[in-house]
Amino acid sequence: MLLKNLAAMILLLSFGATSAEFEVSGKLAVEQRYFFDSALYTEQLRHSQTSILAEPELYWGWNDGNDTVIFKPFYRIDSQDDERTHGDIRELSYIHAGEDWELRTGIRKEFWGVTEFQHLVDVINQTDGVEDTDGEDKLGQLMLNLSLVKDWGIVDLYLLPGFRERTFAGENGRLRAPIVVDENNVSYESSAKEQHLDFAMRWSHSIGDFDLGANWFHGTNREPILTPDQDGDKFVLKQYYNQMDQLGLDVQATIDDWLYKFESIYRNTNDGNFWAIQAGFEYSFVGVFDTIADLGLLMEYSWDSRGEGDLIDPGAGFQNDVFFGSRIAFNDMQSSEFLMGFSTDLDHSATSFIIEANRRLGDSFKASIDVRLFQSSDLIEQTYAIRNDDHVQLSFEWYF
Amino acid sequence: MLKKKMLISTLSAVALALMSNMSFALTPEQQGLEISKEAKQRDLGWVDSTADMLMLLRNKQGQESIREIKIKSLEIDDDGDKSLTIFNKPKDVKGTAFLSFSHPVDADDQWLYLPALKRVKRISSRNKSGPFMGSEFAFEDLSSFEIKKYSYKYLGDEKVNNLESFKVEQYPVDENSGYTKRIVWLDKNEYRVQKIEFYDRKSALLKTLTYVDYKQYLGKYWRANSQNMLNHQNGKSTELKWNNYAFKTGLKAGDFNRNSLKRVR
Repeated sequence: MLLKNLAAMILLLSFGATSAEFEVSGKLAVEQRYFFDSALYTEQLRHSQTSILAEPELYWGWNDGNDTVIFKPFYRIDSQDDERTHGDIRELSYIHAGEDWELRTGIRKEFWGVTEFQHLVDVINQTDGVEDTDGEDKLGQLMLNLSLVKDWGIVDLYLLPGFRERTFAGENGRLRAPIVVDENNVSYESSAKEQHLDFAMRWSHSIGDFDLGANWFHGTNREPILTPDQDGDKFVLKQYYNQMDQLGLDVQATIDDWLYKFESIYRNTNDGNFWAIQAGFEYSFVGVFDTIADLGLLMEYSWDSRGEGDLIDPGAGFQNDVFFGSRIAFNDMQSSEFLMGFSTDLDHSATSFIIEANRRLGDSFKASIDVRLFQSSDLIEQTYAIRNDDHVQLSFEWYF
Repeated sequence: MLKKKMLISTLSAVALALMSNMSFALTPEQQGLEISKEAKQRDLGWVDSTADMLMLLRNKQGQESIREIKIKSLEIDDDGDKSLTIFNKPKDVKGTAFLSFSHPVDADDQWLYLPALKRVKRISSRNKSGPFMGSEFAFEDLSSFEIKKYSYKYLGDEKVNNLESFKVEQYPVDENSGYTKRIVWLDKNEYRVQKIEFYDRKSALLKTLTYVDYKQYLGKYWRANSQNMLNHQNGKSTELKWNNYAFKTGLKAGDFNRNSLKRVR
């Protein structure tokens, strides 16, 4: 009897050992930025900014991949900006998958939405603002997420304990407002402050050519209200995070070579409410000009009920703005890509232009070149504050 | 009397011969369809499968690049298969995954998961002719074979890979296909594809795909261990090596949705 049990245990253990999987992967990168113009504000770095970053990922999977643990820390060291030298746990989570449900626990990132130039409905994670100007880098968010797969779609329920403050460039950094955001001067509407328990739910489904999503978020607004304040003899921007309820809707229709994209939100806070829309399309030419390259053309439009602001009430960043983009995938061995984007405000003078190009070198390196140009002559535009921050960035990434 | 009897039997033999000749007088188009139907029929019932694919990309100078991919498929009755494609190499795309619900005639439904952004993107399935991961395989070369995707013409018999084979021309029905036709050789014993020639939109020979080292699984299903695609126009080639083929592994429809797409490794 004992022997039989022992044999069964050994069998179980050896089965467990062979079916468990452990993997280490990730990337190391060196980035070099060069700003063409001299700084607008005295403490800012002059022209050159060097950065190195590491983002390893540790993965454990067992039970046929139905149980997984992922740990993904991140750290960046910046030569100029102390605020940009920062670390984060992008992911430290345990996921268990049942037949038609999943429970995801820990620090994670969730993306909602379909559009490319602005992500209105995507509100689970805080923006890691020092990383880039596009707002696509996010800080890890602690969560308990139950996902249910039904015939009528996927339902996600989220409990979100613990709030993360947005990151902003420091005194020496470029790409910031004339006065810096004070990371120690933070206040909240909720008496629970950063401990407020947020709640969210999302339904998403695919019906034929349509991908639909609807969501509701209740909790701390990820977007701070920044107001000038005095810190000793210095002016700073203090951060205030109010409570919000946000309803969001996202729709994509995929019809032949066309992708039609639509996002809309209604946000209600004690400091006012508004609704906003981001909508547009993407068209792909396959094998353009008799080559194996693909060309994608994108156009999107932003509207916001807050409209254009003034010096006292800044209104919305994108209230009547149009975006154009083109993406070329060369489909070569090195997966070379070239991306161009242009945005302009139809009410004010504010335009920005970006170029991103990258290709693989060998099997585990990747080189990228990014160019970002900003132009504005209108004081109330956010772009006005960074009008001298046109720059080029070269980066070299090693994947392991 | 005897003569009459003989005459009758001769006549009936002639009539029989004529009749049977008529029933076998299929047009080359019908013959091509019948051969393809038989090949498809012999490959039904595998339920689900998993396999590891290694792609070796070679350019004219002999430089190589590797793609490491895992594929999970689920057979769907009266529709195209569902499949998950998981990328492991090159390392910069590790974790990227691709979900496809294929349909015999209608456009496939396809989603791409981008792990860096944690984003699932519905993508247009019109891109059939484009290269897969920079290789000489187009997306359509890797999709499941469905009878309704082509019209057919039987061209005759030929020996390929030392096996007596049917030679069948296939014309893609979908106008987004990168080909005007494919010529396919299937061996007469097992109806396995031995070789395919691809003709581009200008009807010029573009690529040749050869199947090497067939192995039988579950006593029924034949899969080639290796496939070699040679592009005659640019001199590049791609070799596919298959490993760890498994069938009837217990995959379910629930393993092929947007949630599993984000989780799968």
